[in-house]
Amino acid sequence: MATAHSKSAARIMIAPAVFLLLVWMLVPLCMTLYFSFSDYRPLRGIFEPWVGFENYVRFFSSSSFLKSVFTTLWMVGGVLSITIIGGVLMALLLDRPIFGQGVVRMLVIAPFFIMPTVSALVWKNMFFNVDNGLFSYLYKWLGMQPYDFLSQAPIFSIVIIVAWQWLPFATLILLTAVQSLDSEQLEAAEMDGAPALSRFRFIILPHLSRAITVVILIQTIFLLSIFAEIFVTTNGAFGTRTLTYLVYQRVLESQNVGLGSAGGIIAVILANIVAIFLMRIVGKNLDT
Amino acid sequence: MARAITTKQKVSWTILAWAFGLLMFFPIMWTFLTSFKTEGAAIADPPVWFFFDWTLENYTAVQERSNYPKALMNSIIIAVGSTILGIIIAVPAAWAMAFVPGKRTKDVLMWMLSTKMLPAVGVLYPLVLLAKWLGVIDSRILLIVVLMLINLPIIVWMLYTYFKEIPGEILEAARMDGASLKSEIIHVLTPMAIPGIASTILLNIILAWNEAFWTILLTTVNAAPLTAFIASFSAPEGLFYAKLSAASMMAVAPILIMGWFSQKQLVRGLTFGAVK
Amino acid sequence: MGNITLNQVTKSFGDVQVIPPLDLEINEGEFVVFVGPSGCGKSTLLRLIAGLEDVTSGNITIDGREATEVPPAKRGLAMVFQSYALYPHMSVRKNIAFPLKMAGMPQDQIDAKVNNAASVLNLADYIDRRPGQLSGGQRQRVAIGRAIVREPAAFLFDEPLSNLDASLRVNMRLEISELHNTLKTTMIYVTHDQVEAMTMADKIVVLQAGNIEQVGSPLDLYHSPQNTFVAGFIGSPNMNLFTGSEAQKHGAKTIGIRPEHVQVSKTEGMWKGRVGVAEHLGSDTFIHVHDTGLAEMVTVRISGDMQVKHNDTIYLSPDMEKMHKFDDNDQRI
Repeated sequence: MATAHSKSAARIMIAPAVFLLLVWMLVPLCMTLYFSFSDYRPLRGIFEPWVGFENYVRFFSSSSFLKSVFTTLWMVGGVLSITIIGGVLMALLLDRPIFGQGVVRMLVIAPFFIMPTVSALVWKNMFFNVDNGLFSYLYKWLGMQPYDFLSQAPIFSIVIIVAWQWLPFATLILLTAVQSLDSEQLEAAEMDGAPALSRFRFIILPHLSRAITVVILIQTIFLLSIFAEIFVTTNGAFGTRTLTYLVYQRVLESQNVGLGSAGGIIAVILANIVAIFLMRIVGKNLDT
Repeated sequence: MARAITTKQKVSWTILAWAFGLLMFFPIMWTFLTSFKTEGAAIADPPVWFFFDWTLENYTAVQERSNYPKALMNSIIIAVGSTILGIIIAVPAAWAMAFVPGKRTKDVLMWMLSTKMLPAVGVLYPLVLLAKWLGVIDSRILLIVVLMLINLPIIVWMLYTYFKEIPGEILEAARMDGASLKSEIIHVLTPMAIPGIASTILLNIILAWNEAFWTILLTTVNAAPLTAFIASFSAPEGLFYAKLSAASMMAVAPILIMGWFSQKQLVRGLTFGAVK
Repeated sequence: MGNITLNQVTKSFGDVQVIPPLDLEINEGEFVVFVGPSGCGKSTLLRLIAGLEDVTSGNITIDGREATEVPPAKRGLAMVFQSYALYPHMSVRKNIAFPLKMAGMPQDQIDAKVNNAASVLNLADYIDRRPGQLSGGQRQRVAIGRAIVREPAAFLFDEPLSNLDASLRVNMRLEISELHNTLKTTMIYVTHDQVEAMTMADKIVVLQAGNIEQVGSPLDLYHSPQNTFVAGFIGSPNMNLFTGSEAQKHGAKTIGIRPEHVQVSKTEGMWKGRVGVAEHLGSDTFIHVHDTGLAEMVTVRISGDMQVKHNDTIYLSPDMEKMHKFDDNDQRI
């Protein structure tokens, strides 16, 4: 639906955005790729432009790599399970006719808007702190020994913080999906004699499957690069070093740029695998 | 047709929903309460809930800290600046994709989205190096540009979905009426898309405000926004709960309010239209 | 003012040619209707004339001036869209004034023209409302007002009445015809509704798959359709078309007879049949006759006074004078 004139105009209009993103993506990525094949440690003044795959071999073979991958998986998996299960329940709950639905929605969605550094600090100090945290008071009140969450169960603690931040997102998206379910379908199922649990299993859940997939993929992309929550709470100690955090430490803290860059490239590849699935889903949607 | 349910059922669902809602909101509520306590009351054992001497001293104390106003200013400038810059670049692009779609439009959109999935650590060091080389490390302009680039795909995508809802015939009518491309966009498209543009701006200010990777790692003193300012509370000041709470409330309050207004757009913006 | 000539115009989308080479002459002051089933290319043709699409090859002249490469705004044409395409954020006044403002006309002249158009179209009472507050018919008039003020060489209408309800459609049809009588400007009107085409046009262009099947006045098309497509498309209800042995008797591959050209009797006639559905319109009754020995069901028009019931036996006699015959290539003999 266009003329040659409007097509050439369109090309000019789209050019700045495409150009900027192209530069933004390609230039640093190429540099990282370049560094990943070099021995580059600026603090010691070492720069050897080509060492082949040495960095990759070292990064893969170091014990911290595997550990960081498992830590990442634990965190992402933990947050995903909490947010998906919690999100479905919350969405179904909020879909009920309740008094003050709008207010409850606002209460539930609020954590998503809290700055990651703020939520990490508030949880770390005011809830998890072994001396003055609220959880410690709760334990004492229940007659139990206070528990040092961040050093005893560090991954779990971070999962709690992050899940608290992302549960609203999952709830909101799943609620949108629940509300788009044609209520006549449910009524038809009820007429067909399906009890509540079957209605959930055979009608609601399949209807939500697409939304759940989208939530999983989008959260995974964000969760793979969790940074501030770890930076503020444990700074990577107590086995909370994720792949992202490991790369950050290699590059900026120990200034081993070559090794860190190899890790960065690996992180890019892993994230791309997730991204491809997401793009498929979004891409399908574009056709309609 | 929703069917009638009994008041009793409605009340029990209401109680359950409110319980969960309050549980989710509790950390924010607790921070809010603590920000008005004295440091002593903040760590009182057992914890005090509402009946304490309410004081504003924490808020004054935090504001008097030399770097708070600066961090606030930085946050505002960076969040608003990157969003506006992004809008200026994205509006023409979204116009082109929505109204002059070609064979490759879909691919371009998907490719833009894919840049959003690039893990930040993958490009961390080159960016630090480039910023140092250009002499813009720890500057607001650097963060404005970086956050603009991070959020540009979301801005383009949101505007695209809003623009697509505007019937192309109206723009064609404008073209027939003798409007140039510029007047078509300024006099016809933009006024019609105001609600969409406004919610795009809102959501992107929120995302930029809360961004906590680049804002922490690319700043030290001069350009450090509230994310970095709060991170610096880690220790030992983190143990001053009342002041920590006051600083936190000041960092999140404006965004929380904006967020409540933009919750609907959030679904649209962050799922790229995949959930309706 | 208002001559439009299309010379060997084609249009392809990718590899698909939607308009094969096409010639068309539209004379000044004519009311031309493009009619055809959906997907026949009639809207595309209109958009080519408007300049909203590029022609793939061939050329378009407007008033003897080469217009093929001229952008839409410079062709001196005004268009009324199917969705009216009013600017929702502007008042009626601003909508109508928009093309004049874009042309850089001084404000006092704009005001005069807008007020004039508003009074002609009975829009004066709504002039400061937004399109969203208007009814369908009022929106339609605003769209027409926006076209009128430009004093275009020709008006282009793209199915303008399809979003209106039936009774309003009849009224607007009259209003547009009256407007044409007053302005005497060339109008090109696209519709899929052959009743609109028949009632409004000076000249009808029947299109199918991008091809012009026939060009002519409404009565030309009614009385001497050039091929079976036009025969079947023009006229309501549709012409009865028969193939097979009955057609061969008349030396044709297909014969056609309009429902109003068949004599009906309860006692004798050429074809004997059984009444199926009878549609009573009051003045007329259309009956569907089955089991006549013809392969096809026959539709006939009878006077509303005549009493027929389902399953009645009935005799039909076509008026041989009014019978249309078509050859193996579906062309009129």
